[in-house]
Amino acid sequence: MTTAQDFSVADRVPGRTSWVAGALHFARKNMLGTAGALLVLIMIFMAIFAPLITSYDPTANDFGVMLEAPSHEHVLGTDQYGRDLFTRIVYGARTALLVGFLSAFIGATIGLVMGVTSAYFGGTFDLLFQRVMDVLMAFPLIILALAVVSIGDAWPVSDTFKVILAITVPFIPRCARVVRSSALAIREIPYIDAARACGFSHPRIILRHMVPNVMAPYLIIFTASVGQAILIEASLSYLGLGVQEPTPAWGLMLRGGAEEYAESAPWVAIFPGLAITLAVFGFNLFGDSVRDALDPKLRQM
Amino acid sequence: MINYVIKRLFLMIPTLFGAAVLVFLLMRAIPGDICYLRMAGGGGTVDLDVVRQCRADLGLDRTLWVQFWDFISGFVVGDFGKSMWTGQPIFDEVALRFQLSLQIAIMATIVSILIAIPFGTISAVKQDTWVDYAVRTFSIAGIAIPSFWLGILIILGILITSKAWFGQSWMPPITYRPIWVDPWYNLSMLIWPALATGYRYSAVATRMTRSAVLEVLREDYVRTARAKGVFETLVIRRHALRNALLPVITVIGIEFAFLMGGLVVTEQVFNLNGIGKLFVESVENHDYNMTQSLVMLVVAIFAFTNFFVDIFYAWLDPRIRYVR
Repeated sequence: MTTAQDFSVADRVPGRTSWVAGALHFARKNMLGTAGALLVLIMIFMAIFAPLITSYDPTANDFGVMLEAPSHEHVLGTDQYGRDLFTRIVYGARTALLVGFLSAFIGATIGLVMGVTSAYFGGTFDLLFQRVMDVLMAFPLIILALAVVSIGDAWPVSDTFKVILAITVPFIPRCARVVRSSALAIREIPYIDAARACGFSHPRIILRHMVPNVMAPYLIIFTASVGQAILIEASLSYLGLGVQEPTPAWGLMLRGGAEEYAESAPWVAIFPGLAITLAVFGFNLFGDSVRDALDPKLRQM
Repeated sequence: MINYVIKRLFLMIPTLFGAAVLVFLLMRAIPGDICYLRMAGGGGTVDLDVVRQCRADLGLDRTLWVQFWDFISGFVVGDFGKSMWTGQPIFDEVALRFQLSLQIAIMATIVSILIAIPFGTISAVKQDTWVDYAVRTFSIAGIAIPSFWLGILIILGILITSKAWFGQSWMPPITYRPIWVDPWYNLSMLIWPALATGYRYSAVATRMTRSAVLEVLREDYVRTARAKGVFETLVIRRHALRNALLPVITVIGIEFAFLMGGLVVTEQVFNLNGIGKLFVESVENHDYNMTQSLVMLVVAIFAFTNFFVDIFYAWLDPRIRYVR
């Protein structure tokens, strides 16, 4: 933990330090956060350059090499269909990042607008809105996601899209709550009154005057949500309700084969789980340091 | 105080009602229904008359209002109806499974308290040393490790050690026996899922304990206690920890409320026939009655746990009663 005295005034003067120096400064002060950022960068790198990192096809079965132990050809071994585990983990990063970022972003953004709107209007609207959020919070998350996925069965959209939607819905109330409580304080500041006196419309005041001032809690909840979204995606896929075969996804890799062959081929069970853990770990560490940097008061969250 | 309790009790009604509306509409928004699923399950052709008859038997041909009224009025008087899939009374179907899930939830809470309080305290006392970093990493890892993967690893560990020690593989039993019937059997079955979920849930509580103890350690009375020469262990146990426990208890209470809805995945890993598994099955079978009852059960537990946490807080701190 860093205390306020550690930062001299010079560090804060803009333009004084270059971008690289700033990043290095952040890294020195914030070792855990840097470790997290590194994990996140590795994951993004894997997702972008997947075809360059590995020469195997993540969906091609090869029944000649089923459940082979890690070797020179197959660094992390193969699964029950003879697919290279390392390749599937590398390509799985794409699924995890896509679902994680999109559902956290959409959920947090909708929650942001709803939370600010609710705080801005206040009164009965706010009260009703809060009750609705209470219901969504009390509703079991996995069940809500499961219902959304099942409802989406009839739509002509991809599984990945359905999963993103299913994870987004439960995220909205969680973000709306946090943002609303910050927005309540902002509503009392005179510049909102001034904007009203100028005759600006409600949407303009909400979007131009209030939303930019709750960016700190928004960014905090957004970064914290990415890891959670990856975890929920993995859980849904593990239950068979998320991404479907043969799409490479970490949760899906633990379904079926992992338990059945736990004894004879433990690598099938170990490596995909390790990938999920490291990814979520990275995003959480990174999110924590973002939170500390933006708003030290929220440490207890 | 009594006013506060009554007011807080009434606040639960909109939550329960909202959850009822939500689950009612969500279930009916899922394409297909139970009759179609039952008839066409084998993939054969469907006789529309049979489907119509089945819908009439289950009351699915009535208007939505009537169905909703049926569900709500039944719920209010404690009549949950019958499972649409098996035809058994829901109360009987849920009772035994609920016992199992509740036991895991309670045991997981105990595990998380046993991890959180000592670890959180030591992490605060040794702030910014390697002990603190180790505990914090351990607790952040708890949130990052998927509980189903931890479950798989535990099973793997059991298999390997049992083979190494006893020469043959041992697996935890999967048919439930209540703890008062066969405690040893019961524990050997449920301790593993409790460990897997408990570790995960300890993470937030550990961080809470840490920050609460840190805050209390800066109080004047702690300095006074140290100044008058009280042993450090006593300062921490009596002066610091005792005063820091309040927010920790709140967090644990709130987590217990979430636990009941979060057991779905763990039960799948350990192949346990609890509430979570029933949940997934009933949504997949379009068993409206069962899903509705289960959602109401979980939401009610959530609402009541929060209610008790609030009351407990208000009882400890009278200022809260007047704020709202």
